[in-house]
Order: sequence, then C-alpha cells, then structure tokens
Amino acid sequence: MNEKIKIIAGVAIFAVIFTCPLWINMGKAKEAPVPVLAEKAKAAKACILPKDEMRAKHMKILDGWRNSVVRDGQRIHMVKDADGKEKEYEMSLSNTCLGCHTNKAEFCDKCHSYASVNPYCWDCHVDPNAKKEASL
Amino acid sequence: MIVNILMSLVAVVVLGAIAFAGGSVPGLQMVFGIWIPYAAAVIFLLGFIWRIFKWAKSPVPFRIPTTCGQQKSLSWIKHNSIDNPTTTKGVILRMFFEIVTFRSLFRNTKSRVIGDRVSYEWEIWLWLAALAFHYSFLTVVIRHMRLFLEPVPACIGIIETLDSFFQVGLPVVFASGLVLLGAALYLFARRVLIPQVKYISMIADYFPLFLIIGIAGTGLYMRYFLRVDIHAIKQLTMGLVTLKATVPPANVSPMLYAHLFLVSALLIYFPFSKLMHMGGVFLSPTRNLANNSRIKRHINPWNPDLEFVTYEKYENEFREKMIEAGLPVEKES
Repeated sequence: MNEKIKIIAGVAIFAVIFTCPLWINMGKAKEAPVPVLAEKAKAAKACILPKDEMRAKHMKILDGWRNSVVRDGQRIHMVKDADGKEKEYEMSLSNTCLGCHTNKAEFCDKCHSYASVNPYCWDCHVDPNAKKEASL
Repeated sequence: MIVNILMSLVAVVVLGAIAFAGGSVPGLQMVFGIWIPYAAAVIFLLGFIWRIFKWAKSPVPFRIPTTCGQQKSLSWIKHNSIDNPTTTKGVILRMFFEIVTFRSLFRNTKSRVIGDRVSYEWEIWLWLAALAFHYSFLTVVIRHMRLFLEPVPACIGIIETLDSFFQVGLPVVFASGLVLLGAALYLFARRVLIPQVKYISMIADYFPLFLIIGIAGTGLYMRYFLRVDIHAIKQLTMGLVTLKATVPPANVSPMLYAHLFLVSALLIYFPFSKLMHMGGVFLSPTRNLANNSRIKRHINPWNPDLEFVTYEKYENEFREKMIEAGLPVEKES
C-alpha cells in the first residue's frame, strides 16, 4: 500500500537522523586531546591561579582584563603567590599569557577546537609567536 | 488546578534532585551518566516508532480535512489551493507551512464579551511564543551536536557564530538558550494567567513545560555560572556515541547529571505524551488529506465484496412470497 511505504520511509528517516552521531563517529573513536604546556610555562611553575581554577575561569578573567584595560586603563593584575608575596602581572593576552604559553596551537586551540569553542580573541589579537614564524 | 501545577513542579524538582544527589556519589555516576541516557535513547526511539505504527494502523476511510479556505468550485470563484487543497501538491504545501510556520496556531483567536455582544479578536502571542520556543529548541539541539561529533562539522560552528551574534560576555551568550527559557516561561505563564486555559490545563501540560524549563535552566546555569569543564563532558558524550562510555573525572559538577537526567526523563516521557505531536503532525488526517471528495470517489477500503443485486433479480427470487403476502409486484409470473 502507498501509505505503508510513506510511513516506513518517514520512520526510517527519523531513526537515521536520531542515531546519526553513532554512524558519523563509527570507527573514528579518538582520545580526547590533552593541552601541551610550553617549556617556558613549565619553568614558570605557577600561573595566576591554580590549574583547576584557570580551567574554569580563564575566559572570565580575560573578559575582565579586557574591560579593565580598555575602559579604565588599569593594566596591572596583582596576585598573591604561595608565600603570600604580591606579584604583578600585566593584563595582556599576547604578551603575558602567550609569553609563557608560547604554543597557542598546542595549548589554547587543542581543547577549544575539540569542544567547538571559537573565542573571538583573535579577531583583534595576534599570536606573537605565529607572527615570528610567518615573517621568517 | 493548583494541584496540577504543584505536582508537576515537585516531580521535576525531585527528578533533578535525585540525579544531583546521585551524581555526587562516585558509584552512581555510571548509572546517571551512562546507563540511564542509553536506556532513555532506546526507549525514545522504539517508543516513537511504536507510536507512529500504532497511529498508522488506525483506519482513515473518509476524507476529513479541515477546510480553512474556499473549496475548488466554479471557475470564477477563487480557489484557496493551500488551505483547501485538492491535489497532492497542495497538500504538500499545506503540510510544509503547517510544520514550518504553524499556520493553524496563527489563526488563534480570543473571544470576549463586550457589552452584550461576543467579540472575537486575533491573538498572535501564542503563535509567536510557539515559534520562538520550537526554533530555539531546535537550535539548542543542533548546537549540542558539538558534544557528539568529532571533529565538529563546520555547519555547527556557523550556527554557533550566528547564535552568539551579539558577542556578550565570555563564555559568549547564545541567544537561543535564553529565548528557549523565556518562551517556555511565557507558555507556562499563559496557562496560569488565562482562566480558560488554566481550567483545561492538566499535569500532562505542566510536567513537560517544567521539564524543559528545568533542562534549559540547568544548562544555562552550567554554561554561564558554574562554567563546567566542557572538555571532560565531551569525553563522556563522545564515549556514549562511540559505545565506549567512561565516567568523567570526579571534578565535573553534579549539575551535569541533573541536566542529563532531566533530558533522559524528557526522552522517556516523549513517546507516551502530547510531545508526540512531533511525529503526529505528519499523520493528522485533518491536514494531510486532499479535499477532493467531490472530484474523486473514495470507496471505503474494507467494504465487503458483495454481489450487486438488481430489483428484477430480487423480485424473481421472492415473487411467490410477495404475492402471497399481498405485496405489489411488477410482473405477475
């Protein structure tokens, strides 16, 4: 019967769409990427916050830095380190963050592209290390 | 009436709380993170197919389209070929606009007594909220595919870029999530604030609304306030769709399990509830049949195949008995 064909076709299309992540990923199972610390970052040992907090908050911090620098001209971020001493950091993505984490592709982009996070940092900022390579 | 609201609300809060508590216990993360989502996906898929086949089996012997425009008639009377279709092409157009733009909701009216007369006016808000709700939900579902596909297809990136057009905050705000929550809250408020709608609202109306509000709420909370570890969550979701599921590290917030459990509850509830209008809209005979009863003869498909008897044959068979009973006959012998 004509209706039977239509129903079965419709149900089949629905089932294929619902289960499509299974088909698309079949045989492509990969380990989740792990960010790689650059030598300079390893040597520095500490970031402005512990690792877990950086993981959860780095986007908030950068957003706060941008507003602080652009709106208030305030460029200094004070951090108390383990000994209770105050340490100054310049609020700068290209110089401070990427100064230690010199490997944007291995550090930032690895997780960002895995989770399809496309921060618009790079609409304005440049990766200073990538620029060096390009000009050579 | 208020009982319906309270019971639905309590049910959703209890569901969320169970999963939140369960997600905090290391041994139960397996249950709430892996087993229940798998069970929910299977029940949803099989239940959906079962419901469609159940509907497909119901007999539709006659044409019963609702006609919302001028029927095809004399050549000088303008025919409304979409709202009163006579051809398959017209039906396809009608179904397309019904599914994509909710035309029947667009005709929603509100009646009021003004003075001593009943007055009807066009009411657009239900239609607008329904459009906002369904399209933002669709966008949210498509956006979530980033957690289930690796590498993430470019089209999902494009949708994310459009959805975060205003570039508010970091993590950047997606308009669809806020619209989804807002529209669901509007649809709930509408049920409570309009007395006639409140009167006919049941648990089956409030429960899915609260479920979706709960899902959207936990999702927004995780993204913008907790800022959960999306990298760890993607390892869980990718494990689910590659059938190699592993429990994510313990530092992932139990809110994830509440979110996941409410989604699982929605999937399990789906095939047995009014939410099945997703599949049912394709099968509604008042929309998907052409109104061509005056053009084509439709014979009930299960009419028994009987021999056609003329009056002459009938009289030949019963003539003697008819004469005996004094009934008039056409031929005497």
